[in-house]
Amino acid sequence: MLKKLTSTTAIAALSVTMLASGVQAGATFDAIKSQGYIQCGVNTSLPGFSAPIDGVWQGLDVDLCRGIAAAVFGDADAVRYTPLTAAQRFTALQSGEVDVLSRNTTWTLTRDTALGLNFAGVNYYDGQGFMVRADLGVNSATQLDGAAICVEPGTTTELNLADYFRAQGMSFEPVVIENTAEATAAFFSGRCDVYTTDMSGLASARNVDAENPADYLILPEVISKEPLGPAVRHGDDQWMDVVRWTLTAMIEAEEYGITSENVDEMRDTSTNPGIRRLLGVTPGMGEALGVSEDWAYNIIKQVGNYGESYQTNVTDLLGLDRGLNALWTEGGLMYAYPVR
Amino acid sequence: MSPKHSNKSDVHPVIKLLYDKTFRSIMYQVLVFGGVFLLGWYLVSNTMANLERQNIATGFGFLEREAAFGISESLIHYTPESNYGRALLVGITNTLKVSATGVILATILGTFIGIMTVSKNWLLRFIGLGYIETFRNIPILLQLIFWYAVINRGLPGVRDALSPLPNVFLSNRGLYLPVMADHPAWSWVGIGFIVGIIGAFLLRKWSLKRLEATGQIFPHLSVGIAVIFAVPFLVWLLFGAPTAMNAPSLQGFNMRGGIRMTPEFTALLLGLTLYTTTYIAEVVRSGILSVSRGQTEAATSLGLRYSWVMRLIILPQALRVIIPPMTNQYLNLTKNSSLAVAIGYPDLVSISNTTMNQTGQAVEAVAIFMTVYLSISLSISYFMNWYNKRMALVER
Amino acid sequence: MTTISERLMPVQSSVTKRSWRWMRDNLFSTPLNTLISLVCIYIIWNVVGGLISWAIVNASFIPGKDACAEITGACWGYVHANWRFLMFGTFPPAEYWRPFVAIMMLTGGMLLTMNRTFWTKWLPVVWIIGFIAVYYILAGGVFGLTPVRTGLWGGLTLTLVLAVVGIAFAAPLALILALGRRSEMPLVKVICVVFIEVFRGVPLISVLFMASVMFPLFLPTGVSVDVLLRAQVGIIVFQAAYLAEVFRGGMQAIPSGQYEAADSLGLTYWQKMGKIILPQALRLVIPPTMSTFISLFKDTSLVVIIGLFDLLAATRAAVNNPEWRPHYIEGYVFIALIYFCFCFFMSRYSLYLDRSLKKATSH
Repeated sequence: MLKKLTSTTAIAALSVTMLASGVQAGATFDAIKSQGYIQCGVNTSLPGFSAPIDGVWQGLDVDLCRGIAAAVFGDADAVRYTPLTAAQRFTALQSGEVDVLSRNTTWTLTRDTALGLNFAGVNYYDGQGFMVRADLGVNSATQLDGAAICVEPGTTTELNLADYFRAQGMSFEPVVIENTAEATAAFFSGRCDVYTTDMSGLASARNVDAENPADYLILPEVISKEPLGPAVRHGDDQWMDVVRWTLTAMIEAEEYGITSENVDEMRDTSTNPGIRRLLGVTPGMGEALGVSEDWAYNIIKQVGNYGESYQTNVTDLLGLDRGLNALWTEGGLMYAYPVR
Repeated sequence: MSPKHSNKSDVHPVIKLLYDKTFRSIMYQVLVFGGVFLLGWYLVSNTMANLERQNIATGFGFLEREAAFGISESLIHYTPESNYGRALLVGITNTLKVSATGVILATILGTFIGIMTVSKNWLLRFIGLGYIETFRNIPILLQLIFWYAVINRGLPGVRDALSPLPNVFLSNRGLYLPVMADHPAWSWVGIGFIVGIIGAFLLRKWSLKRLEATGQIFPHLSVGIAVIFAVPFLVWLLFGAPTAMNAPSLQGFNMRGGIRMTPEFTALLLGLTLYTTTYIAEVVRSGILSVSRGQTEAATSLGLRYSWVMRLIILPQALRVIIPPMTNQYLNLTKNSSLAVAIGYPDLVSISNTTMNQTGQAVEAVAIFMTVYLSISLSISYFMNWYNKRMALVER
Repeated sequence: MTTISERLMPVQSSVTKRSWRWMRDNLFSTPLNTLISLVCIYIIWNVVGGLISWAIVNASFIPGKDACAEITGACWGYVHANWRFLMFGTFPPAEYWRPFVAIMMLTGGMLLTMNRTFWTKWLPVVWIIGFIAVYYILAGGVFGLTPVRTGLWGGLTLTLVLAVVGIAFAAPLALILALGRRSEMPLVKVICVVFIEVFRGVPLISVLFMASVMFPLFLPTGVSVDVLLRAQVGIIVFQAAYLAEVFRGGMQAIPSGQYEAADSLGLTYWQKMGKIILPQALRLVIPPTMSTFISLFKDTSLVVIIGLFDLLAATRAAVNNPEWRPHYIEGYVFIALIYFCFCFFMSRYSLYLDRSLKKATSH
């Protein structure tokens, strides 16, 4: 018996060591560099932002992860994706399961403070809206009194929804479903009258998931501000810098007109000191950030600038124009901090 | 080890101590307890350090803060203005609601199927056993997801609701049933019902006393049931027999009026009931089989009717065997109701899950719902121990 | 009771005669019984008949979903289109042979273990080697196999890994807990009682939440344990608590004379338990032990809630795919059948083992 027990303990110890070989070092920047890839938390399925298309993760949020990997490792494919539901995402980041959360997450005060996160910037300015079936004859959110509304739990959407109906003096029945695909399926099956999420998410559900997009109507009201951006853990300042400046470099590149097509030419020929600094022709920036000098070149070459990423992922797939997400020079809110 | 023995063999006192039984026992305990304590301390200190470093809020202060999210169904008053503490309370009441209903339904159905499986009729046994084998060998979570999908996708929309009976509507928004419209009579009818139950109980006591004193049998069961229903009926007549109904009807987006079972509640209740029934049926079956055949035959040969044999001989004895495993099944049903989180019924775990996300305080939220389940489990098993002791004393 | 006239009947009709008599005695003995039998026949006819016509008669067995547009029954093209995904989940398609080998090894190992001739002291050793082999076959990184991280393991492969590893480790842990709870050392006993009662008092989902959400916060910075391993450990300790109570029940049922006899022979604690008490106690509790194993198997499906991609999660993904969305019933019925086969087989085996061991000890 004793022998058996000893062997059991041995098995247990052995298996722990075996699987714990997947042990990753901590969340600091150095640890990420030594692990050789970035563990990126993304949405389970939100076409346009992050969704596996033929087994390859694609979208605006995915491109940001790829950009970070390009900046750190010079290889945009050095990313491992962890699909997360809204309810899982913060604990996954807090507990170190992912290094960066790039999952259409709204920057709010509570999340920045009490949840122990740090937001590195905004990669999509959004707002919450409502989608209904066209044959309901509803054309304004103020007519939604008493409706059953599908919403994902653990989101700002859930809170804004309650706020809005409270302010309007209306009632509603929340149907909380913890998974974007399940929530849209419940809406399409008629379990809810209304599906509410960010406008981009509504467009994604309507244009990609619905059998016939014309059957569904997105109401004109936008009831909230949703600055969506990547988040990292509180206390990892250097790592946050890398994430922040990756996003900035993508926007800055668009401002300078550097694309994945012309980046080589720009690097070789441009005389603009700003472009030369960004692309590492004039060294210094990479060193300050703790990455190689061609970090921004790698991002742009392998992923593209912000405008390119937006075009392929959002405009082409969801049919949304730039709106608030245009460059500040074109009346939008996208404004890159100086890379110098 | 006798002292004589150790004197003979000239061993070092430390070695001697190592072979001392009491010393070894104490040493083992110190080692085990110390190990557990150190492990616990290590984990707690790590957690504190992690929370501190990441600046994550701690403590139960969040219970006082406004929850600001809506909950679809609640037994107590709740609005998004209510605080997190109240939201969690809604979760607890919803858990209790679905568990209590599930326990009642599963007991009725389980007893029924359990008796079927000991029937003399081969076909009846076949159906009973077939039901048990099918539903207990499929994971409960799969059953829940399946029923929820069937309700959501299989049933028509609210505008094309099925109406199997007048004023009863079935759609993918759930089941709507008519209820009696508000009237002061109804609360008095309820009181009348309770009075009727007390009356029937007293009647039973009196009739048993008379049976022992005079040997005359009084049909206390049928008369008792009559009393239970007659009293509220008379009260109802006394108040002018109100018949106004509150029937559900389509208004705006949804049905209004009547009472409603939401799809989430229905799917959860259906899944839990069908699954737990199989276990309860097994418990009832083995309880009945535990009463030896000789007893039944002896009772039958005394000329007692089958229903009397069942009621007076078999069930009272079977009950003593049945109650402990039955309690276990009730607890399992309650614990399984936590799978509500998968289909969006706002039970304790779902609401804790939402709370965890809105506040970021995972440790506190998980601690709260584990404590609640633990207290439900421990208090029921405590009650059952007490009840078992009482039942055991009745043995003559 | 045979009447004279029956005895005089020719032999060849005795089979029909006997079955008729059986029916009369069992199904149509009284008017009430006859009525019940007729109702039963009606129910069985409707349920079984309905199932057969849905699943077989009116069903389409042609691959692809186009064939299903016209039919009223099941569309089994679903299985053809999705079975690889259901078996292997998100495992890289080029490497599908690896989870296939793993499934074969795990089920084969289970089948061999069920044969009592293999119950020797070498069995645990073989299993340990087997587990290591299965791990490396799936995870890769040796002998030129491409590394596949545990996050990509899925489908039936993951379900079987969780179940088989769970059973293999829950049993010894339960044994330790049960011995601890019956120990005479108060501190050891208290620790075991608290451990058992806490895990029996909470739902499995809370243990899985602990493992997936809270456990990483318990560890120091820089150390993290694979989420699959955490869920696996959660399942093991949860079921071990239930199993410990089953084992304890068996030990309690052993008459105290056996303990005293072992003590008077001067056996040590481990000799007493290992050679005298446990072999008898465990034999007594085979049915509840097996039903705990069946529960463990079914409960592996709960990992879908913490985001692991097991058989149930794969099915959910498959039936949420717009292409197969209308055929969700086929999807759920198909995996219900898979779970049913495993669980039913285990419960039959439990009956067989119980009976054959009773027979072996009764003479």
